Amino acid sequence: MQIKAMRDVFLAALYEEMENDKSIFFLAADFGSPILDKIRAQYPSRFINVGIAEQNLINVATGLALEGFKVFAYAIAPFITMRCFEQIRVNVSVLSSIREMNINIIGVGAGVSYAMSGPTHHCLEDLSIMRTLPNIEVFSPSDYVTAEMYVKRALSMQTPKYIRFDAQPLGALREDIIEFDKGFDVLHRGQKVAIISTGYMSHKAITMAKDLNVTLIDLYLINQYDHAKLKEALHEFDTLVTLEEAFANSGGLDAEINFHFKDKKIINLGFDKKYTFDIGSREFIHQHNGLGMERIKMILMENVL
Amino acid sequence: MKNNLLKEKATFIRIETLRIHKIAQETRVASSLSPIEIFVALYYGKILQFNPHNPRDEYRDRFIISKGHGSISMYPLLADLGFFDKEELKHVCKEGTFLGGIPDPIIPGYETVNGSLGHGLGVGCGMALALKTKDQLQNVVVLTGDGELDEGSNWEAIMFAPQHQLDNLTLIVDYNKVSMLDFSKNIIDLNSLNAKFEAFHWDVYEVKEGHNVEEVYDLLKEAINHRNGKPKVVIVNTIKGKGVPFLETHPLSHILSVKPEDIDVLIKELEDAN
Repeated sequence: MQIKAMRDVFLAALYEEMENDKSIFFLAADFGSPILDKIRAQYPSRFINVGIAEQNLINVATGLALEGFKVFAYAIAPFITMRCFEQIRVNVSVLSSIREMNINIIGVGAGVSYAMSGPTHHCLEDLSIMRTLPNIEVFSPSDYVTAEMYVKRALSMQTPKYIRFDAQPLGALREDIIEFDKGFDVLHRGQKVAIISTGYMSHKAITMAKDLNVTLIDLYLINQYDHAKLKEALHEFDTLVTLEEAFANSGGLDAEINFHFKDKKIINLGFDKKYTFDIGSREFIHQHNGLGMERIKMILMENVL
Repeated sequence: MKNNLLKEKATFIRIETLRIHKIAQETRVASSLSPIEIFVALYYGKILQFNPHNPRDEYRDRFIISKGHGSISMYPLLADLGFFDKEELKHVCKEGTFLGGIPDPIIPGYETVNGSLGHGLGVGCGMALALKTKDQLQNVVVLTGDGELDEGSNWEAIMFAPQHQLDNLTLIVDYNKVSMLDFSKNIIDLNSLNAKFEAFHWDVYEVKEGHNVEEVYDLLKEAINHRNGKPKVVIVNTIKGKGVPFLETHPLSHILSVKPEDIDVLIKELEDAN
């Protein structure tokens, strides 16, 4: 199976768009990728590395967006969401209530995808804190197919967005998504239980969903999905399991689903609410923090039987 | 002739600002009094291009007031120039108005969200960059206070602007030397502020007497229209609470109000002096 980094595929598609759409402007906070080198070389007047300065990254992005540019601001996920959270709140969330701005905040390194780098580079809070802000769409893709499809939406919607990319190359979970704008994709249809997962966790869940024959829904527009359609997809299920590589019970995917499906039994699985200094593979870190494969499987089996 | 007009307008705006404070005691009067000559020079002196009938006219100069709280004096100015009805000035901070204690861009003439300090300069850098990229000739002007320069985000922007040769960007510092709880020098002393900006490769201008509207006008006009590859800063030495004697020397002037009955006396004095 082919594996690809979401950011590379997304940036490659964006690079193509930059040729015809002169209003695309790319800002990075001293964080790269091979495709970014191409953007920098080909469009030097629409690419700036602002340096290691996330607050200024967001502020400069705001100024460009107010002047009509479609701006992409790019950095490591924990830094671009938390170092400059107040810049995002004031200049993106608040200001976009009044003035139109197409500003796309791209964070690379969802969850513990930088497994070895420790708590500063893990990003377990972004789903919650970005979801708490009005006016910002939170996009959490699980594979490069979803990431690539988002480019058109990002360019056409004149509103702020937060884009959460995994740091590691991953395989594709589908070839295409029908009705992309509905915000979720049913990866497997099963019985009794429906798992709603996002990002990397959809990769972990897919085999289990098939083995246990439960439904698996990959939710990628965390706060902008089609509510009626998701309701319909979950209609026959009394039990839901939410699955996210983010702190549990902290306002992320679990809060979104719990709030809208109060009539169902919902089991919330997320990262234990503590910082981890464990060194090891992603699965090793998951095992030590409540998201190990075996634990998830056991909880699912308890509810399927 | 022009100088007389600017002086008259400065007095007029000072009086109207005090009138607003009389009905809206929660407004920050001291920090709104210090930049009055700056506002008057920019607008009545027509250093800035603006269009009251279309406040977001593409051909306007962009003016970001980063020290939002300290710009209640913009309300009478914008109303006088026709950005909105003067009648609105009677309702500042009253239910249903758009003129609050801290101005936001729901007010015609304001560009950005203010109130949280240290945001304006970075946003101004983005606008200046955008205008250059689009080959538009308009200027970007940002006003900050001096206490506001404590915010680190300003210094990220201060390093960014010369790197990208943003000579269409001018920062005006309302250097009134009082922060919220004390004189700025007792909190974070900016020391040689001119030398700091010079070290960061900005063109530095200093207005010695920030309430001499002629001097303010001359230097702002020169700085804003000068383009030589470098961003410009105009440090304007002002007095916080200018026009209200007890505020002018008080380290807590930022959070002090002037009693409504005292305002009538002050207004009378300002009118007579003119």
